[in-house]
Amino acid sequence: MEEELIVVENIEKSFPGVRALSDVSISLKKAEIRCLAGENGSGKSTLIKVISGIYKPEKGLITIEGEQYKSLHPIEAIRHGVQVIYQDLSLFPNLTVAENLALNSYLGNNKKLLKWKDVKKIASSALSKINVEIDLNGIVGSLTVADKQLVAISRALLNNAKIVIMDEPTTALTQKEVDSLFKIILNLKEMGISTLFVSHKLREVIEISEEITILRNGRKVAEGSIDQFDEPKIVYHMTGREVGTERYKYVPRGDKLPVLTVQHYSSDTHFEDVNFDIHSGEIIGITGLLGSGRTELALSLFGIHQHDSGKVLVEGKEVSTNTINDAVNSGIAYVPEDRLSEGLFLQQSIARNTYVSILDRLQNKLGFVDFPKADITVETWIDNLSIATPSKENPVSSLSGGNQQRVVLARWLATDAKILILNGPTVGVDIGSKEDIHNKLRELARSGLAILIISDDIPEIVQNCNRIFVMHKGQIVERLEGSRTHENEIVAILKKLK
Amino acid sequence: MKISASKNMLKRFRHEFIILAIIVVLSITIGSINSQFYSVGNIYSLLKSTVIMGLFALGSFLVLVSGDIDISFTAIGVFCMYVTSKLVLLVMPGAGIVLIMLIAGLMGVLLGFINAVFISLLKMPGLIVTLGTGSMIRGFLLTFIGVRIINKLPDSMIAFSKITLLHKAQENGHIVGLSIGFVVFIAFAILIYLALKYTVTGRAVYALGGDRVATARVGFNITKVQFFIYGTVGFLSGLAGVTHSSFMRNGNPFDLVGTELSVIAAVVLGGTSITGGKGTVFGAVLGVFLLVLINNSLIMVGIPSYWQRAVVGIIILLSTGSVALQERRSRGV
Repeated sequence: MEEELIVVENIEKSFPGVRALSDVSISLKKAEIRCLAGENGSGKSTLIKVISGIYKPEKGLITIEGEQYKSLHPIEAIRHGVQVIYQDLSLFPNLTVAENLALNSYLGNNKKLLKWKDVKKIASSALSKINVEIDLNGIVGSLTVADKQLVAISRALLNNAKIVIMDEPTTALTQKEVDSLFKIILNLKEMGISTLFVSHKLREVIEISEEITILRNGRKVAEGSIDQFDEPKIVYHMTGREVGTERYKYVPRGDKLPVLTVQHYSSDTHFEDVNFDIHSGEIIGITGLLGSGRTELALSLFGIHQHDSGKVLVEGKEVSTNTINDAVNSGIAYVPEDRLSEGLFLQQSIARNTYVSILDRLQNKLGFVDFPKADITVETWIDNLSIATPSKENPVSSLSGGNQQRVVLARWLATDAKILILNGPTVGVDIGSKEDIHNKLRELARSGLAILIISDDIPEIVQNCNRIFVMHKGQIVERLEGSRTHENEIVAILKKLK
Repeated sequence: MKISASKNMLKRFRHEFIILAIIVVLSITIGSINSQFYSVGNIYSLLKSTVIMGLFALGSFLVLVSGDIDISFTAIGVFCMYVTSKLVLLVMPGAGIVLIMLIAGLMGVLLGFINAVFISLLKMPGLIVTLGTGSMIRGFLLTFIGVRIINKLPDSMIAFSKITLLHKAQENGHIVGLSIGFVVFIAFAILIYLALKYTVTGRAVYALGGDRVATARVGFNITKVQFFIYGTVGFLSGLAGVTHSSFMRNGNPFDLVGTELSVIAAVVLGGTSITGGKGTVFGAVLGVFLLVLINNSLIMVGIPSYWQRAVVGIIILLSTGSVALQERRSRGV
């Protein structure tokens, strides 16, 4: 029998008004890679915090390395080798790589004085454990997300990690970086370290995990060897419902002019001679590696970035995209990648977040905001997009990720946009809401909108777009027909690009 | 390898180099218009003028690096100075300067701890807390302790202002020396530099300014770190207060308060990030030098003193602006 490193049994944990975990058990063997799957609010993070000692469960037993605990203290968890790599990585952006790595062990050994030679030594030995090379004197804030993650992993290993818990580690990584992360996880396995991998991205889950535990509404709903699971089955357990996989079918509407035409669109630094058009009812997907220029292209079309040459036509008429105002006035709307930092005023109400884009149109004769009219508009969109909220006056921060994303959509749809550009529309949104957003987008396209989706999520692109462009080094290098393209084809194309 | 190392240095200390360059250019310009600028007497007097602002700036620098802001330090300084002077005159008029500074410094530490209690334990923003405590401390001083200027300070404080080093004879035959206050300032600057660079608590100050949540997760005791920061600020403020009254040869309870924004400006001028986590002691000291140079020397070349404030503002905008611009460009935005 293999050795169980940690066994967590019958955990109960409640917060005021919510039962976060009821009767949840999970165990990890030495060198096992287990995935913990579940939608937002399913209790994943609560469970992680119970294991790492931050939360004390009301009931249950934790056996770790043979010792039994009713609840762990963070120090005890660390002493037993539990290391959590949080989604935000918890690194110090203003300090060097070496310091980020070494400060922990200084604290652990209760030393008061720093020897910079030792700092470098500790740091370089930490990085060599996972065979990576990063400039020790580099400031962490200027590293790529992937490198930051490697620093965080190395730091965890420095503390004699036996169990590494990774919370959504692949969210901001490109395909290639995900591959190298997986190599490192396998490397950890060889070193006898167990990994608990928390992720939304099912393809990855299936690729890397050996075992899977699925939570829903604070209960364990499925568990077993990964061979017994496939994507639809995992989705079913996570959401409790069947999620459709049929593709979007574009029916040409017989319009002569495309809604959006982009001709020889170039920017000196980011993209070059981009040409395409979108007809009413089409959903176009653009994918590519990080730095391919796709985000900059979108930002330029929306007037946030500058372009240097080329033309943009909306319904056959040339329009300016020099400022955001120009773009909005010509019917272009943009939903940014990071809705939290770029899109929403989190503490403000849903209503205010929605009508902020059309304030000038809501003016009455005196130039004041016509609030009754604003309220009607907002209520229409809350209804249309089925945003789940008891009141439009609630702050946006009270909504789930999927509903927040809908508020951003509502804001831009309220401008009577003809062209909707979305950058990573479902990043960090769980599967159920993701499907809802996709359905909404299809519905919008069917009603005549032209939609441009920029995404890393290949299944998302393949399922929802009738045409797919691959961008590389600022150019569209591949144009694919959505209905005839398989996910693996695109993955293969992306892997070949350098 | 060597080249890239020095290039790295240039990049990391870009702001310090810019300030140094401005100081050099300004000095050469002023000196070429008025050669009096280069006289030993003038240089010594400039250096002496950096002492009070410098001591305050070292404390302010610590707080800014930790990602907070303190505007109560001048109130703490004047409180410690006035109360200590009164106390010493009353109880032990013959006390030595070191003892007096220690009393003022420790009084400052206690007042700094009041800030730390609110900022650390009640998790209130430093600006609000110190706006309150600063006003409170000064109000308390003027209401309950006194509004009268102390004209006869303890002898040792007067004597301290007369201690000078590195004596040089000027052209006109006067012998001038460098105030020992400058040595005290530089000594504390070096002490703070060493503490920040070579102690775990010192690195924690930077860590705290970089990411507060991460600092807690890694296992730093943030409360301890913040008590260290605000205690140190208090100590330096007490010291600055006593040194100030010693230089002025009187104890004026209306002095100092009002200069806190200039001090913060000097620190920011030296490249310390107002949002925390970035900055060097060297930069802060240079910032003080530059500000003092502008305040005291533009008048030598006939620029009216009203202009000094405008010039300081312009330099802050230009120097921080150019660095921000370069950073943006290197990130390709």
